[in-house]
Amino acid sequence: MSADLITGPAVVATDTPTREERRLSPPSFVSAAWLIARKDMIVELRTRTALLAALALSLLSIVIFNFAWDPTAVAAIDLAPGLLWVIFTFSGLLGLHRAFGVEQADRAMDALLGAPIPRTAIYAGKAIGNLALVLLVQLVSIPAALVVYNLEIARVIIPLGGIALLAGIGLVAVGTLFGAMTTSTRASELLLPVLALPFFVPVVTAAAQATARLMGGRPVDETIGWLKLLAAYDIIFVVACAFAYTVVADE
Amino acid sequence: MSLTTSTARPTRTIDGLLLAGLFAVAGAVTRAIWFTPVELRQGLAQKIFYVHVPSAFIALYIAFGLLAVSSALYLWLRDPRLDRMAESAAEVGLVYMSVVLLTGPIWGKTVWGTWWTWDARLTLTLFLWFVVLGLLLLRQSIEERSMRARYSAVLGLLAAILVPFIHISVYLFRTLHPRPIVLKPSAPSLPGSMLTTLLISFAAFLLLFVGLMRVRYRYATERDELLAAEGME
Repeated sequence: MSADLITGPAVVATDTPTREERRLSPPSFVSAAWLIARKDMIVELRTRTALLAALALSLLSIVIFNFAWDPTAVAAIDLAPGLLWVIFTFSGLLGLHRAFGVEQADRAMDALLGAPIPRTAIYAGKAIGNLALVLLVQLVSIPAALVVYNLEIARVIIPLGGIALLAGIGLVAVGTLFGAMTTSTRASELLLPVLALPFFVPVVTAAAQATARLMGGRPVDETIGWLKLLAAYDIIFVVACAFAYTVVADE
Repeated sequence: MSLTTSTARPTRTIDGLLLAGLFAVAGAVTRAIWFTPVELRQGLAQKIFYVHVPSAFIALYIAFGLLAVSSALYLWLRDPRLDRMAESAAEVGLVYMSVVLLTGPIWGKTVWGTWWTWDARLTLTLFLWFVVLGLLLLRQSIEERSMRARYSAVLGLLAAILVPFIHISVYLFRTLHPRPIVLKPSAPSLPGSMLTTLLISFAAFLLLFVGLMRVRYRYATERDELLAAEGME
């Protein structure tokens, strides 16, 4: 797939032959992944289906949970960390399903698989697109939750962003692969959460525990174990799922 | 257990090994209830031990191990027999895990005073139960055989990678579950007659496992042969 499909006609250049050669040669791993991620993000920003649905679900859940417990009996600081991560997990699932779902129309997936790019680049591109969606949802809903639950913002917001990034990578690494696996099955929307949620357990546990310690003002070394667990999960599952995708996409 | 079953053998309704396994389990349970001393502090509730512990060991180490190994080998060798092995191990393993998850709370309620606790081993078993259930659901929703085998093998292998992560994340919570009392570096701290019953029980449940695996594997082979003969692939 050439860059022209997305960026429009190439600018006229002086050294025509080399440019033409470069245009016809397959893109490198990074540029192929970036092209796919960029295409997905543009499609998502133009249609906004998954983004708005995930955002609405996330914000609605924050509001609903507020009425599901008695704030005079249980302090928000005790419940909020767990709630936030459960909410992100479920709202993330909405987006994960879409990444490969959009390629079903007109058998676009076949063209993508036929492109002269490594399969891992397709996985990386889809994962980057998903990560952007998940982080965008968190970017809106974390401050929203801190505000409506009356939690301290200034001190926690930056480290919380770090936890969100680490957890987001883990969720997306596994979720993107399972999204690819379930789109080609019957009852795919039902199957994705059933497959993905058990794999999200370590991520949600670690992220919620780290968030709770952060909000509770505990010393940093109490959080570091959980952060290490998140980082290890990210590294291992990014590698394992990228390899697994090459097996899954092997037609 | 034989990996290769001949093609033309007619289906037998009763499998000898399976029947032997069933009788062995009945015998082991009889011995556990009537011919083994009652534990001093836990009373009769401790009898669950003879079902719970062998089932847990077989489900988590043997069945899940078989699932993980045959999944990994399938990705390498692409032999349909390995896929059938993974399928059988997942299904029989799910039954054994269900036994563990059902007998555990009954024992826990009488001994610990609580049906359930979020301890490392319980949580790990529960989540493996969910993963294996998901794997069987995934298999069920894919028609094409080679795709089903590949997806299932990928999930089986990822599940094996997931185990240490769940274990670490739940181990950081306090744990109620007893430490191993038989398979530990020092000598088993179980009285002789109880240990004998446990070992007999373990052998009986293992025999039943092998019997079930054999029947389930043979079913998978015959189903695949039938589908191939009907040209449905």
